[in-house]
Amino acid sequence: MTRQKRSHHRLKRAVAPYLYLSPSLLIIGLLMLLPMVTVIGYSFQNSAVLRRDPSFAGLKHYHAIFADPEFWASLWHTLYFTCMSVIFHMTIGMVFALMLNSDRINPTLRNILRVLYILPWLFTAVIIAVIWRLLLEPNGVVNSVLMQMGIIGSKVEWFSSTATALHAVTFANIWAGYPLFMVSLLAGLQGIPKDFYEAADIDGAKAYQKLIFITIPQLMPIIISISLLDFIWTMQVFPLIWITTGGGPIYSTEVLSTYTYKLAFSSYNLSQASASAVVILLISLGLTLFYIRYQKAR
Amino acid sequence: MRKRHTPKDRLITVALHVALAAGLFFAAFPIYWMLSSSFKSNTEIFALPPTVLPKAFTLEAYAAILGDPVKLRFFFNSYFVAGAVTVLTVLIALLAAYGFSRFNFRGKGSLNTLIISTQTIPPITLLIPFFGLVVSYGIFDTYVALILTYLVFTLPYAILLMTGYLNTLPRDLDEAVAVDGGTSWTALWRVIVPISLPGIVATSVYTFLLCWNEFLFALTLTKSTSMRTVPIGIQLLMGQHAFEWNQMMAMSVLGSLPLLLIYLVAQRFFLAGMTAGSVK
Repeated sequence: MTRQKRSHHRLKRAVAPYLYLSPSLLIIGLLMLLPMVTVIGYSFQNSAVLRRDPSFAGLKHYHAIFADPEFWASLWHTLYFTCMSVIFHMTIGMVFALMLNSDRINPTLRNILRVLYILPWLFTAVIIAVIWRLLLEPNGVVNSVLMQMGIIGSKVEWFSSTATALHAVTFANIWAGYPLFMVSLLAGLQGIPKDFYEAADIDGAKAYQKLIFITIPQLMPIIISISLLDFIWTMQVFPLIWITTGGGPIYSTEVLSTYTYKLAFSSYNLSQASASAVVILLISLGLTLFYIRYQKAR
Repeated sequence: MRKRHTPKDRLITVALHVALAAGLFFAAFPIYWMLSSSFKSNTEIFALPPTVLPKAFTLEAYAAILGDPVKLRFFFNSYFVAGAVTVLTVLIALLAAYGFSRFNFRGKGSLNTLIISTQTIPPITLLIPFFGLVVSYGIFDTYVALILTYLVFTLPYAILLMTGYLNTLPRDLDEAVAVDGGTSWTALWRVIVPISLPGIVATSVYTFLLCWNEFLFALTLTKSTSMRTVPIGIQLLMGQHAFEWNQMMAMSVLGSLPLLLIYLVAQRFFLAGMTAGSVK
């Protein structure tokens, strides 16, 4: 190769990665970063989107949001829904993964059960919502079985009573989401070196000691990163709540996403909705930073 | 060394199997109930005591769904949008992943972090500016609006998945092309793409699934019945017919079929996508 040819080649090598990345960066820049800036802009305008020449509103919409008891109720419901979901996703996922990983069950049965335990994951949020509405109908199968067993005295309106609605949607979400933990933890369990357990056996360790001192510490990185991701994603849940309760009755299941959606598309208060959307964005970004730092530290 | 076949040991094994059965009931009963209800008449669904197997097995709910052109259109829309987004996403993500996997360049680390963090951006935050943009460009209630907006959410996952896959392939292969005087572009299409099929399939499966499940944007950026997708169709069915539960369940079964089939046929690819980004 001549020197000229070689430098031409080197130039091509230097430019090439940017060319390969350009379509993706263009889409992410125009359709993700720019809209993020836009929504922040909207939150400082009066009658955003609806008027061509919106006037500057300052922090007015943020004040309105923070003065709104419904916003605080939504924040609280989101926290309850998310924390309970993550805790139970983790617990159920862990129990199922440990059971499936046990050498006391026959391998064929293990494979069949693994496929079946993943099932809830294969269904769209809307379908999960519809299934649980059918199950928890006042005249539905859950009430009928619970009444026959004498656990409840009369029909419970799970999704339409303020006392039970938030627990009912949380339960449906717990059912829908544990397989992510189960699959990840099962993969993690299979990666723990066998000698750790053999060494513990020689020392006469009991099963629970092996769980606490070997299994759980070895799975910790997976538990932490999946919990963070699950927390971020669960916080954003919309369709499950929208279809089961629509945020009702009387705001008892209103979460940040349904609250924001209603502000924007039922009240057409897009400015205030933008302020609320920015608050959600900030919470998510905070958690994401935490997640990325954790991933990098690993 | 574990002692086998002691009475205590046998008891633990039995207890484990009881727990497994309870777990199975928890995981599968709601799905079984959907399936069995879709074969019942609407009156039998609320029969007391509930019937575990449909007493009068009927396909009337499926006939009602499949015989209605409005509902078939929901399915067409879902397949069309998810298919188009999948093709576009995989192509664009493949190029980006190739850039990430085979080149060192300034800003690589920060671009990678940017892409990881875009995974967690709340859809509701982008919904309002998207609505503003879609209306002002006159593409409200069109396929274009859905395809463009879905692309933003599928692309980051697809790039991460594809980059992860390409990183597992040895570099000697494409370097051999460079030695022969070929460009990185020829190396990509002649060498990388043919051996990346498993990664491409996994990425396609996951992208298709994300689009098939999408609800919020389909709800907000389309309006006419002919533009609605399956998830919105199910919601409309709920309002419209004052609870034709058997039809709602039949439509849910039909709406879950693509994902169930992909899962059963290509479990490996499916799980690769579902756990992408969470386990490294």
